[in-house]
Amino acid sequence: MSNNLSLFDITGPIMIGPSSSHTAGACRLGYAARRILGEDVSSVIFHLYGSFKETLKGHGTDRALLGGILGFLPDDIRIRDSFQIADESGVMYAFIKEDEEEDHPNTVKIELIGKTGEKKIVKGQSVGGGNIRITQIDKTNLKIDGKYCTLVTRHWDRVGIVQEVTGILNKCNVNIAQMSLYREAVNDQAYMIIEADDPISKECLEAVQNVAKMQYAAVIDKLY
Amino acid sequence: MNYRFKTGQDLLELCYEHNLSIGEIALMREAQASNMSKEEVYNLMLESYKVMKESAQKGIITSEDSMGKLIGHNAKKMYDYYRMGESIASGMLSKAIAYSLAITEENSRMGKIVACPTAGACGVVPAVLNALEEDREIDEKKIVMALFNASAIGLIIATYASISGAEGGCQAEVGSASAMAASAVVELLGGSPRASLEGAAIALKNMLGLVCDPVAGLVEVPCSKRNAGGVGNAITAAEMALAGIESFVPFDQVVVTMGRVGKMLPSSLRETAQGGLAITKAAKEYTQRD
Ligand code: SF4
Repeated sequence: MSNNLSLFDITGPIMIGPSSSHTAGACRLGYAARRILGEDVSSVIFHLYGSFKETLKGHGTDRALLGGILGFLPDDIRIRDSFQIADESGVMYAFIKEDEEEDHPNTVKIELIGKTGEKKIVKGQSVGGGNIRITQIDKTNLKIDGKYCTLVTRHWDRVGIVQEVTGILNKCNVNIAQMSLYREAVNDQAYMIIEADDPISKECLEAVQNVAKMQYAAVIDKLY
Repeated sequence: MNYRFKTGQDLLELCYEHNLSIGEIALMREAQASNMSKEEVYNLMLESYKVMKESAQKGIITSEDSMGKLIGHNAKKMYDYYRMGESIASGMLSKAIAYSLAITEENSRMGKIVACPTAGACGVVPAVLNALEEDREIDEKKIVMALFNASAIGLIIATYASISGAEGGCQAEVGSASAMAASAVVELLGGSPRASLEGAAIALKNMLGLVCDPVAGLVEVPCSKRNAGGVGNAITAAEMALAGIESFVPFDQVVVTMGRVGKMLPSSLRETAQGGLAITKAAKEYTQRD
């Protein structure tokens, strides 16, 4: 294990059982996917790989993933009733067990359609102890672990756009901890992942969304 | 001042240098590493302890199937038996066993728990601490500090061995939890930091080689009762350490050994449900039902 462990990685997390990677981690993956979509979900398909296929029922992986989509965090007792809550709020859902092998045994691909028709495909892994890693958004490979408040943008690559976004964050008093860029090979589009020390407000996000050539921007709040 | 420690030896040196308990050093270490105030860090641990107690109290009055329907009715049975006052174990141990079953049963029916160090082994440390708090009427603040002590032990184990059943078998989960609990109990009952590590070493030694073999891959059988076993082992080890008994093999060496033994376990005995109790006739009958 890494030597950057916190005592609260040992005593913690506070969570709904029974498994940190198959329940708490699954819930965080669903939650992150919902944030990446950026609006309430109207339908969702979960593609499950590796151990996630086996733990779906017995470890409550299904309820945890869906609970995350509904905006519940791993310690939210409503996870237990997420099927019922989804049905009541008209969220459609399906679980598909996939046979392909993935790099990590606890992998899920989440296909989301939002209330206004917005679509996203988010892939991620539950990497142990309830920790997660988002590895793909639509067709772009990237890495988000949710340890910080994270701004995700997709934009047409043009001179100055990165500075413009960081300038907005600056104005909102948001300190940047780390930043990465992922270019798509085919067209001139890029994903930018900015991890921030401070929470990013709705107004601040809107300002980023209004930057010229910005296609998409969303915020995943700190997941831990 | 730097409160970072990696090994048990580092931890002891810090304790003696600053004349602080293991729990206090751990609290300072966390405040320093996370840039939080001591108070904030303390309050986080207090919150965890409160959830732990709630899970124990809820579990002893609930008799309800677990997700896999393999357990869910033992904690109440055990608690009722404890209350009859006829148990062979001391009252405190009997109650701690009931709490341990209670917390793990809550976990397996999707109740709220605190992983310690994992969700599978969530019923050892809290059960011992909560039973001791009530039995000896110990101030809650002291218990929270003992939880820091336990977490420090877990941190060292996670660094030099493993706390994951998939990596190191159940010795890494319930074994680690048992060592954490033993160390915490020694501190609570006035033992020295050195004695705490002796307790942790003894507890971990007694669990070396323990395999992870969950029936049908569920965190139910043998996990729940094995947590209770970890409680008994923790108290046994703490008792010896408090009597002044030392471990022949020092704590740090026991930890590294546990990690090494874990690597030698075949994958069938590391959470894959392909060996041990998971392939018994009883387990197969369960897996093939309906
Ligand atoms: S048997 Fe395996 S799953 Fe059960 S508590 Fe032990 S390590 Fe965890």
